[in-house]
Amino acid sequence: MAAVTPDQLHGHHHGPTGLMRWITTTNHKDIGTMYLVFALIMFFAGGVMALTIRAELFQPGLQVVQPEFFNQLTTMHGLVMVFGAIMPAFVGFANWQIPLMIGASDMAFARMNNWSFWLLPPAALLLVGSFLVPGGATAAGWTLYAPLSVQMGMGMDMAIFAVHIMGASSIMGAINIVVTILNMRAPGMTMMKMPLFVWTWLITAYLLIAVMPVLAGAVTMILTDRHFGTAFFNAAGGGDPVLFQHVFWFFGHPEVYIMILPAFGIVSQIIPTFARKPLFGYASMVYATASIAILSFVVWAHHMFTTGMPAATQLFFMYATMLIAVPTGVKVFNWVATMWKGSMTFETPMLFAVGFIFVFTMGGFTGLICAIAPIDIQVQDTYYVVAHFHYVLVAGSLFALFAGTYYWLPKWTGHMPSEKIGKWHFWCSIVFFNLAFFPMHFLGLAGMPRRIPDYGLQFADFNAIATIGAFGFGFSQLLFVLAIVKCARGGERAAARSWEAAEGLEWTVPSPAPHHTFEEAPLVR
Amino acid sequence: MSVRARLAVFVLTFLGASAASAGEVNLQVPVTEIAEQIYDMHTLMLLICLLIFVAVFGVMFWSVYAHRKSRGAIAANFHENTTVEIVWTIVPVLILLGMAYPATRTVIAMKDTSDPDITIKATGYQWKWGYDYLKGEGEGIRFVSALSTPQDQIDGRADKGEHYLLEVDNPVVVPVGKKIRVLLTANDVIHAWWVPAFGVKQDAIPGFIRDTWFRADKVGVFRGNCAELCGKDHGFMPIEVHVVTEEEYSAWVAEQHARVAATAEDPARQWTLQELAARGQEVFAANCAACHQADGKGMPPAFPPLDGAAIVLGPKGEQITTVLNGRPGTAMAAFGKQLSDTDLAAVITYTRNAWGNSTGEMIAPSEIGAARAAN
Repeated sequence: MAAVTPDQLHGHHHGPTGLMRWITTTNHKDIGTMYLVFALIMFFAGGVMALTIRAELFQPGLQVVQPEFFNQLTTMHGLVMVFGAIMPAFVGFANWQIPLMIGASDMAFARMNNWSFWLLPPAALLLVGSFLVPGGATAAGWTLYAPLSVQMGMGMDMAIFAVHIMGASSIMGAINIVVTILNMRAPGMTMMKMPLFVWTWLITAYLLIAVMPVLAGAVTMILTDRHFGTAFFNAAGGGDPVLFQHVFWFFGHPEVYIMILPAFGIVSQIIPTFARKPLFGYASMVYATASIAILSFVVWAHHMFTTGMPAATQLFFMYATMLIAVPTGVKVFNWVATMWKGSMTFETPMLFAVGFIFVFTMGGFTGLICAIAPIDIQVQDTYYVVAHFHYVLVAGSLFALFAGTYYWLPKWTGHMPSEKIGKWHFWCSIVFFNLAFFPMHFLGLAGMPRRIPDYGLQFADFNAIATIGAFGFGFSQLLFVLAIVKCARGGERAAARSWEAAEGLEWTVPSPAPHHTFEEAPLVR
Repeated sequence: MSVRARLAVFVLTFLGASAASAGEVNLQVPVTEIAEQIYDMHTLMLLICLLIFVAVFGVMFWSVYAHRKSRGAIAANFHENTTVEIVWTIVPVLILLGMAYPATRTVIAMKDTSDPDITIKATGYQWKWGYDYLKGEGEGIRFVSALSTPQDQIDGRADKGEHYLLEVDNPVVVPVGKKIRVLLTANDVIHAWWVPAFGVKQDAIPGFIRDTWFRADKVGVFRGNCAELCGKDHGFMPIEVHVVTEEEYSAWVAEQHARVAATAEDPARQWTLQELAARGQEVFAANCAACHQADGKGMPPAFPPLDGAAIVLGPKGEQITTVLNGRPGTAMAAFGKQLSDTDLAAVITYTRNAWGNSTGEMIAPSEIGAARAAN
């Protein structure tokens, strides 16, 4: 490469063009873009399902869909959002940003990177296509509890294979990220100098490697129970339906942190930039992330307090779950301390980051309330839990993804995103989000179960409000697409350091980032 | 309700919507000691969380207001403070310990199902509940309890009643002030028996028995739902419990026993095809129509049609075996344990002679008995 100067490389691309460029690419930026576009498409697919659910729940009685299809929608909304939207979006961020942030020229295993992305579209086709097969998509809930999942039609088998493929993709992606971070950091970038986004992704990647095989095992056992005469989850054959829940949630709880830790990382990058002040308590942030990850392996049965486990087991899982509040609290305190005595401006990324802290913390509080086993037994499988996990997954993970998108769009496109559209997007999102999900706390406390297509008359008012909020939230997301498309097409030129006080290696390369960056490793002091 | 609880109701009502009454924004009014403890614990937790919320976000929004560049704020440069960081790690641990103490007490109390006055077994079916009074006054009573809301109300062809979707044909009846132990199991998939006012929610797991208990302090009617996704009609299998005085309970028990004696089948009774089919139609409406539909067309492919189906028109032995034992791996349940010989004979006779099916065959209750014996 010595004969080629970086200037000559700028904007140049070697290799196939057109569609073949995207199919064969091994470039981390191309692959990151594909992950992000894929996630956005799946986000809207899952969103349409959510709005159909909310339309049915707008008033009591059955108007829009029948119960079987309603159950398919709730199930597929969960699977599509978790495995199709949130997880791939974070991997997209990892692909784009980790090499730029640690001064690496690309991901460690570039070809495997291509393969881990291209596994996703066929998996998504299997999943979404299952609506069209006889019997429709699986309607057993995204948790796929046996024996209900054993009753399902072939849509269930398609979902199982989709989960297998997406799991393989996640494991490869995670291995790639771990190896890249451990081996390809620029000289001088010690572990404790890594940007927090890199740290959170390193820990997330370990979680993925640990638990995706567990999920694969759980769904494989369902598959063999369905077709090959095994009885893992059938008492008549010596099995136990609750075994599935233990295995599933041993995956499922770390999965929750897989979807939130990188969000913590993104917010930890954005707050210092717009507060113009270094992140408060960097080391404690790292330790808090690691403790959350470790604790996530010993709390799974708090999803199962109503299965009827012994008092000692309930108490163990209750105490362990409550402990998670400590490192999570440390993170929130650190962000607030970072803002304290800063010199803040509120461009769109900062708005979403502050909105994230505010609304995510409400989800944290309801999480703490759910940790108390007797209270959890009351609210388990009610709309209270629906409210809780949407506060952490939408206002948490999704808002952080929005924040990160607006923050790094200048680096990706070379143009500043429109502040006007971004601010509209933020205010519409946060208002409609709360309108949609806050009333669900009341519904759950008052006794409305989740996953029901119809409900008693006393729940009618809050359901109507929630539906209005959900539609408002859904349509607000068109603003997000508009902001991205406008930014990709043009706009104010972005400087290399696109935000005044942004720190980190990614802001030392031009905007848009050239196809190849850091062919010679930068020196970090 | 304690003072704390009243305060929380007020706060929540204020936060929620001034139009909504308290029962619609908070946990239902508790009628058992456990539910009361849960209610108070939730109130306490909510207040602590609100306090922390106000403190943390008071600081944050003050900072957002005061430390902004447009107000000329100059950024400080501090980025760690070991003392502060230790304090905000230790203090939450202490708060958590304060929360864990009452919770532990309640968990242990909830698990104590010893010395019940009455033991009732509840069995979850897709999609109704079966109840057997196993021990104590009322022993031997058994019935099936299904949604009584008419389909027309669900489909919007009739006005919805006051207890829409929360009403059943045969409610559970229990005496006030007595410890009721509920044993739970299920016939097909996992269900959950939930009565919010009692603070009771327990999964019903096929092939296993779990238990829970309650002691209602007040007479009244208390309603709940199945709380675990159990398939198509998960939203349509409510629970209705009538808590009555001891005298009323004794009267109800006597009435139930008398009813059983009066309707006892004469095993020697000779049925005509019309009589049996007419009874079968009722059994079909209560047990089969949810999937196979009243017109026998089913909802293929998950729920196959019976009108013109090979299994219904073919040899009767095979149909009897299927209805008795179900079809593993599908939603077709085993009705052998749910229905009497006469009901089974009636419903099979009905399907073989309804819609376009006209085999003219009648299945006698004794044939069901014989098939059971052969199994």
